Amino acid sequence: MKPVNEAAITFLSRSANEGFARTAAACFAAQLDPTLDEVNDVKTAVSEAVTNAIVHAYPDTLGKVSMKLRIFADNVLEIVIRDWGVGIEDVDRAREPLFTTGDEQRSGMGFTIMESFMDNLRVRSVPGKGTTVTMRRRISRRLSGGAV
Amino acid sequence: MAVTCTGADREMVLTISGEVDHHGAGEIMREMDRQVDAQLPRRLALDLSGVTFMDSSGIAVILRAFRRVGELGGQMTVRNVPAQAGKVLRAAGLERIVKFES
Repeated sequence: MKPVNEAAITFLSRSANEGFARTAAACFAAQLDPTLDEVNDVKTAVSEAVTNAIVHAYPDTLGKVSMKLRIFADNVLEIVIRDWGVGIEDVDRAREPLFTTGDEQRSGMGFTIMESFMDNLRVRSVPGKGTTVTMRRRISRRLSGGAV
Repeated sequence: MAVTCTGADREMVLTISGEVDHHGAGEIMREMDRQVDAQLPRRLALDLSGVTFMDSSGIAVILRAFRRVGELGGQMTVRNVPAQAGKVLRAAGLERIVKFES
């Protein structure tokens, strides 16, 4: 299916870009007229995915992270966050709640939050090549102008 | 300042403000540790009223404070949780571990 609209950004895996990425995603999603709760859910999920790329994909180096944003018919927002870092050996295990390879500053809840805040989450990873996280969320259509 | 501290007689309120993500969590944890180690609270209230965004990094921040206060024999509660942060903390099941004041 062809997207109705799309945008893409690429940025370095610096932690300052976590805020940039979630704000950019929220700005793009704004054209779907989301509720505040929907915007917050999208921002939270993006923050988790981008943080994973920054913390885990490039543990000792700076690398590139890309974020593609697409809107499909029926108000579906798709966000694809990709890195070219170390990859994940066991994706199923990484998705389990509380699993983390990080230090005590990480909670191991990133994928759990992405799953519960978005409608759909797909994680593809090849060790040594990188990881692609695809998330979808349907934004509710709101009736405007007080129509019932 | 992301963390401010008030209180006396080992009753302490730590107020966290701004965006609590991986980028900011390190500094918040260092400041929190410094304040807790200086005051050795019997009771700590973590006030989140100024938090404008929180992701799972905030879970680690709260659990760290909870553990440190517990090691000192004290008690910790979390109060004034904004809706967005509350949803993240509930998704992690944190209310089963830490007491949330309504």
